[in-house]
Amino acid sequence: MDPLIEFFRKLSRLLRRERFHSELEEEMAFHRERLEQQMRDDGVEDEEAGYAARRRFGNELQLREQSQDVLSFRFEPLLQDLRYALRQLGKNFWFSATAVAILALGIGATTAIFSVVNPILFQPLPYSHPERMAMIWEARNDGSPLEVSFGSFYGLRQRSRSFAAIAVERAWQPTRSSTAEPERFDGQRVTPGYFRALGVLPALGRDFEDADDRFQGPNVTILSDGLWRRRFGGDAAIIGHDITLDGNLYTVIGVMPRGFENVLSPSAQLWAPLQYNPSLPPDGREWGHHLRMIARLQPGVSRAQARSELDAILPAWAQAHAPGYTSSGGPPTGFLVDSVQADMTRDVRPALLAILGAVAVVLLIACVNVTNLLLARAAQRRGEFAMRAALGASRARLAGQLITEGLLLAFIGGLFAVAVAELGLRGLLALSPPELPRLAAVRLNGSVFAFATAITTLVGIAFGLFPALHISRRELQSGIRQSSDRTVSGHQTTRRTLVIVEVALALVLLVSAGLLLRSVQRIFAIPPGFDPSHMITMQVQEAGRRYQSDADRDRYFTRTADAVRRIPGVVSAAFTSQLPLSGDFATYGVQFEAYPNQSFAPAFRYAIDPDYFATMRIPLLRGRLLDEHDRPPAPVAVVISESLARHNFADRDPIGQRIRIGPDIGHADRPWAVIVGVVGDVKQASLSGGEPDAVYATRSQWSWVDNAQSLVVRTRGDAAAMAPAVRAAIWSVDKDQPVERVATMDAIVAASESQRHFALVLFEGFALIALLLAATGIYGTLAGSVTERTREIGVRSALGASRGSILGLIFRQGMGLAMMGVAIGFVGAIAASRALITLLFGISPLDPVTYMGVIALLLGVSALACLVPARRAAGIDPAITLRAE
Amino acid sequence: MAGKPELMPGTLDLLILKTLTRAPQHGYGIALAIKRLSDDVLTVEEGSLYPALQRLLLRGLVKAEWKMSETNRRARFYTLTAAGRKRLGIEMSEFERMVAAIGRVLQNA
Repeated sequence: MDPLIEFFRKLSRLLRRERFHSELEEEMAFHRERLEQQMRDDGVEDEEAGYAARRRFGNELQLREQSQDVLSFRFEPLLQDLRYALRQLGKNFWFSATAVAILALGIGATTAIFSVVNPILFQPLPYSHPERMAMIWEARNDGSPLEVSFGSFYGLRQRSRSFAAIAVERAWQPTRSSTAEPERFDGQRVTPGYFRALGVLPALGRDFEDADDRFQGPNVTILSDGLWRRRFGGDAAIIGHDITLDGNLYTVIGVMPRGFENVLSPSAQLWAPLQYNPSLPPDGREWGHHLRMIARLQPGVSRAQARSELDAILPAWAQAHAPGYTSSGGPPTGFLVDSVQADMTRDVRPALLAILGAVAVVLLIACVNVTNLLLARAAQRRGEFAMRAALGASRARLAGQLITEGLLLAFIGGLFAVAVAELGLRGLLALSPPELPRLAAVRLNGSVFAFATAITTLVGIAFGLFPALHISRRELQSGIRQSSDRTVSGHQTTRRTLVIVEVALALVLLVSAGLLLRSVQRIFAIPPGFDPSHMITMQVQEAGRRYQSDADRDRYFTRTADAVRRIPGVVSAAFTSQLPLSGDFATYGVQFEAYPNQSFAPAFRYAIDPDYFATMRIPLLRGRLLDEHDRPPAPVAVVISESLARHNFADRDPIGQRIRIGPDIGHADRPWAVIVGVVGDVKQASLSGGEPDAVYATRSQWSWVDNAQSLVVRTRGDAAAMAPAVRAAIWSVDKDQPVERVATMDAIVAASESQRHFALVLFEGFALIALLLAATGIYGTLAGSVTERTREIGVRSALGASRGSILGLIFRQGMGLAMMGVAIGFVGAIAASRALITLLFGISPLDPVTYMGVIALLLGVSALACLVPARRAAGIDPAITLRAE
Repeated sequence: MAGKPELMPGTLDLLILKTLTRAPQHGYGIALAIKRLSDDVLTVEEGSLYPALQRLLLRGLVKAEWKMSETNRRARFYTLTAAGRKRLGIEMSEFERMVAAIGRVLQNA
């Protein structure tokens, strides 16, 4: 009775299955013989005795099965079912191939999207206790986040008790020019608590210490594992050695562990201490809002508690450092303490959730489609099931068989789906907008496979369950008669419902895709304020400390621009401190002489070559453009954008007005800059963004000469083809300066809406798949219905129905389904478009053009799908069908 | 076969075990013994006999071996095991308690 012993007995018998069967057979044969013998002894005729014995013995096959059932494990019939299911699928190759292809597409697409969305939105960050990590921002008056100044950070680090570690970081892009081609690295300047806030320490060497972060302190650096292996051969002896960055020696003190994921700056390959001035001079960079603050909370301290502590610290600190805060636009109203993950994903969350929803709809449609195919097949297999039922198969056993077949189909589909997911993922990564965080963690890993397996299993069970629920007892009995017209109604009703569902879901996706398409069209119809055609751009970073003074650096950029202009095919060329729509974002406060009490609203600041306007084709609206005379010692001349003029000089002529910008604000000893012209607005941050206030000054008249400058070049012919010549011209002036971000202006404009574009491409793809599946669904159902109604149609035409009326009959039947689907989908689409609202631009989520266009498209495709079976029905020859009966 | 009483559910195992107390027996012999001892009142359906035997084998209440039968044919003989004998005791006293209880109800109700 011990269940364990019983298990082993079963197992041993299972292993010697063949012997078990033959023994059972022999035993039964013996029994039957003795029974026959006895009957003969009782005087029954020979032949009669044999039959009688067999009759008494009953259905030998069933008997044997029952005896085996006692013995067998649950999976034994499953294996049988599986073999049978495989044969079934093999027998109907095209049916199986279609179903598998649809499933592979549905499951594969869902898996690929999930693999992108999962690490970004759902998985916790790859750090210990990620829930204790927080991003901290200064709060503006309107509550929006603002990057932290070093002054604020310094005060919080000194006075707060909520954090186990707290740090600020900013981007750092040092150049290593000792090698053949100058190479620029992405890196970060950080304060010593940075790695402790992340909870990851160097694998080799040591972490930054407070002594490393002294103002004008030693140059030390920590390398990423990747950089260390790629450039320094993975040699542990690198610790303590010096490397040359930006012309200075940096001592390597540590190497981060392999696989360290740096979510704040995924591309960073090396780190150095921030080394800002702790005496916090009021006019220094210590008060600029350009740092991101990350912290690790003490155990048991909530983000809300930390926030109230920070807010309590602020007033006294702000009062003690009033001049510093004033120079950067005044103290914040408080601090924002966010979860790191929520912070990172805020911008991409709506798009990702919308895409996840869309792919779920595609999966649903794929499942509905395959279920429909299976139901059609189940209708054809009614005879088979009735036969098996008559031979003694229980309903449960038949249902088990169907579920096995469904699961088998789903898992074969799932297998191909892995390939689809792999391909899809590659496409997704190629398409993905740059603002997508944690891309390094996106891959087909265990949790993705678990997800794929889970949905495959669910889908498979659903596939079996649907037809299984349809095996009613009545049908099993009548099915063996192969009657064609009495039992179809149940199947047909379900199949029609499924088609309606498919059409409705397809409409939801089509409307979403249509709305996105119209939004993107609207956005790209917005003039950027310059002419992006025939332009190549690249960034030159003067970083080798070769040009120490601003004047030297200015001369270098001027000579380089001249060299580029001499290339045949170049119309004009100019350097600018920031490039529109490229992600550059440099704003400075503007002080107006005319409004002494006005706060210093920020404007985009461009330090440019005078040729910049001509090269970009930015129109002059009033006054004059900048020219080569606007250089020291001439008084500083600036050109402002139309929106800045409109916002501030509505009642007077801006020309001749005087302003101070950025670092000059509030310094009475600094000269005023004179507005000499007004130019058209240029979109800087994004095409869909608001009106950008902007101030332009020549590079030599701005307070400093930026190291990194973007070169804009207008060409006569194909801009992209000019890139090598332009780069060669740059290096002809100085071969040690790295050239980065080479792109045509058209590409930059297109990439500026990459998130919407990403969503659009996916929605278009999904909507197309949905449209095709819905069309095949309508076609399949209608074709099945025509086959089942062949006799009825034959009778109709025998009774005089015209070809046209039969065609109309079938066509109307199909279009009726499509119309109902459209009606239901309409309601669904209205609901779905609300979820899309953050991705839409310039159109209402109820945009009538989109809805009408999409409905027309869907009905048109449906009509095509209906026409084929309708024509076939019209071609039915009554003589042949009736004779067949 | 109409008119013949069906075996009470659960009693088949009991009857099989009991017939085996006298001597090892093959399936046909067990069926025959039950038929004879019950004066043809009880007929064991072969369809339930062999599954039942397999069940008893699995639980270790009987064991089986191939031997020559009285007709000089190979047949599988079932023998009661010690566990089977113990089980039979339990089942018999259960059964008697049940019969007695039913009897009391039939007499007194």
